[in-house]
Amino acid sequence: MSPVIKRRRVAPAGFDPTRAYRMMTRMRLVDEALTQAWADGLVPGEYHSGIGEEGINAGVILHLDDRDAMALDHRNTAGFIARGADPQALMLEVLGTDQGMNAGMAGHMHLLDPDLRTAADGIVGASGPLAVGNAIASTMLAPGSVAVAMHGEAAMNQGMLMEAYNLAVAWKLPVLFVCKDNKWSITTYTPEVTGGTPVERARAFGLAVETVRGNRVEDVHAAAGVLLQRAREGKGPGFLHATCHRPGGHFEGDGLVRLLKTPGTMAAAWGPGLVGGVTADEGGSAGNRAAGMAEISKRGAQAARDWTLGARLDPLRAARPLLDAGVVDQIEAEERPVIEAAIAHARAAVAGRGTFGTRKAAK
Amino acid sequence: MMSTMTLDQAVDHALGQAMAADERIVTWGEDVRLLRRNLLARFGTRRVRDTPISESAFMYAGIGAAMAGLKPVVELFMIDFAAVGWSAIVNGAAKFRDFSGGRWEVPLVIRAGVGGWYADGGQHEQALWGNLAAYPSTTVVVPATPADAAGLMLNALQRDEFVLFLTPKLFDAQMMEYLAGDSRDTVNFAEVAPADGVRGEVPDVVEPIPFGQALTRREGTDVALVSLGVGVHRCLEAAGRLAADGVSAQVLDLRTVAPLDTEAILAAASACGRIVVADEDYRRGGLTGEVAALLLESGTPAKYARVAVEQTIPFAPHLEYAALPNADRIVAAVHGLE
Repeated sequence: MSPVIKRRRVAPAGFDPTRAYRMMTRMRLVDEALTQAWADGLVPGEYHSGIGEEGINAGVILHLDDRDAMALDHRNTAGFIARGADPQALMLEVLGTDQGMNAGMAGHMHLLDPDLRTAADGIVGASGPLAVGNAIASTMLAPGSVAVAMHGEAAMNQGMLMEAYNLAVAWKLPVLFVCKDNKWSITTYTPEVTGGTPVERARAFGLAVETVRGNRVEDVHAAAGVLLQRAREGKGPGFLHATCHRPGGHFEGDGLVRLLKTPGTMAAAWGPGLVGGVTADEGGSAGNRAAGMAEISKRGAQAARDWTLGARLDPLRAARPLLDAGVVDQIEAEERPVIEAAIAHARAAVAGRGTFGTRKAAK
Repeated sequence: MMSTMTLDQAVDHALGQAMAADERIVTWGEDVRLLRRNLLARFGTRRVRDTPISESAFMYAGIGAAMAGLKPVVELFMIDFAAVGWSAIVNGAAKFRDFSGGRWEVPLVIRAGVGGWYADGGQHEQALWGNLAAYPSTTVVVPATPADAAGLMLNALQRDEFVLFLTPKLFDAQMMEYLAGDSRDTVNFAEVAPADGVRGEVPDVVEPIPFGQALTRREGTDVALVSLGVGVHRCLEAAGRLAADGVSAQVLDLRTVAPLDTEAILAAASACGRIVVADEDYRRGGLTGEVAALLLESGTPAKYARVAVEQTIPFAPHLEYAALPNADRIVAAVHGLE
């Protein structure tokens, strides 16, 4: 009997799966190191991990060169790593030292690197008009270069992003808008607060549209390549719709994720208030109160369905059948020590810090 | 009867009391059904709504709804995000009552987190209340304790005016979980979050607290420390240290930036002869300069100093702490007046 051979996928022409997988591995290792540092109390404030978005980042960024610009959103560390940011400088920034890539002024939400022509903005939707501005400059100062805006589907309810689409089309600018659709607006389910769909909207503006599953890096690469080529040739802006999942929730410590992982703890924290609300003497009718409670239960169920990053949805695991045997392990073996050394250095740099809100001035 | 509550619970407590008494009161904003789940469970989905991330539309819609007979409480995670829809504040809510010749009220409350001390960076930790207080027909509230938060919120809901209700995120347990990662048992904000701001006694039946009435939090004779929000607690900390140096400091909590309790400020400045304004907002174009102008215009002879934010608020915690009006800076400013 012949053994069952798992069918390997063939990489499309023009796509280098080894390079893509190395990029994705580096992003994943950095985000794993940072989410662990967050859990250990070493990353101040919020942390929005890019785990689950590696296929989109790699598929797009592989096409970019030094002249191209990128505008990223609040979930940006993976994008910076793929674009070539030094992991140690980035980690020193995110852990809150003054030795990082932005001297302690940025944190993870506002990273900026002029050498990479890459800027992040924590205001939802702002990456769109930032990319449009970069694209205007591209047409005048560096013809043939492009600007890429990364944003979520929830940002498409933000006026400035819709205005940016319109400007890009009206002025036929070399922009690619990449919609990373994870279906969640912070912790509100996007379809419930949205009319129409992202793709319908983009088409209505006159953007050239491609749609892909974001966990298939080779598909992202192919679709982004079509749109970026058009843009470079002066044929106008594009819109790439890529689905993805965010297993960590909106940010680390997301209450809905904790509701799924530690339901007992969260029930103890949330229960009394909810019971108090439902049973308060004065309030809505019984029907209104029941509808309110049903709303909260439904959201928990939606989160459970959407936030599990199984093998099928993990862009790294989905890419492995594209690679020759041994390559996956080799890349991991080469990348892991680099990232481990970087995070160890960053952790050491904050070793003396008790916690946040530190009263100690800079050493 | 009193109950112990966190500041965010106190605001929701007052809001719930007002919603039960007045069916016109509704609330909407980003993630509000989750953040205000207790009000959702009590009042249902028509009165507690989630919005998309569309600040300019859902803030401006609050004006329309207020003009049409509702009393919306429009909520934002933080006032920094209101900047996306600033026109609703500066061109709409602050103006329509005046444009109508006083015939059309805009009973809109914008509720938003404000301020820092928890390392969220310069786009998520601003105060901006000095800017907001510049606009006509605009009330700007910044409570420093749970009891004040409840009473001031109830007052906002019982009046028919445009109110910006700014809650220090450092005192909002739920926001600290969301934004500061305080759900981690590996972090501890006890050293920077004053216990009296985070948690306190709140009346079971809330009474409204009028706007424009400052409160003396600590009596003193040598210097008046004037502030609001978290700054009040930084002043109290500074006053404690100054007492050890033999300096008696009064601490005045303004509670509202607009209307400003000018009488209380001038009385404190006259009585002490020295006044230090501690403000978590920017130094330029804000409350600290307004108090200086007040002193000059009134001819009050008092030595004056200010402690405010003079740069983009840094992310790194030690840089952030140094940039904000901490007790060290306040004490130094007082000594500078000697």
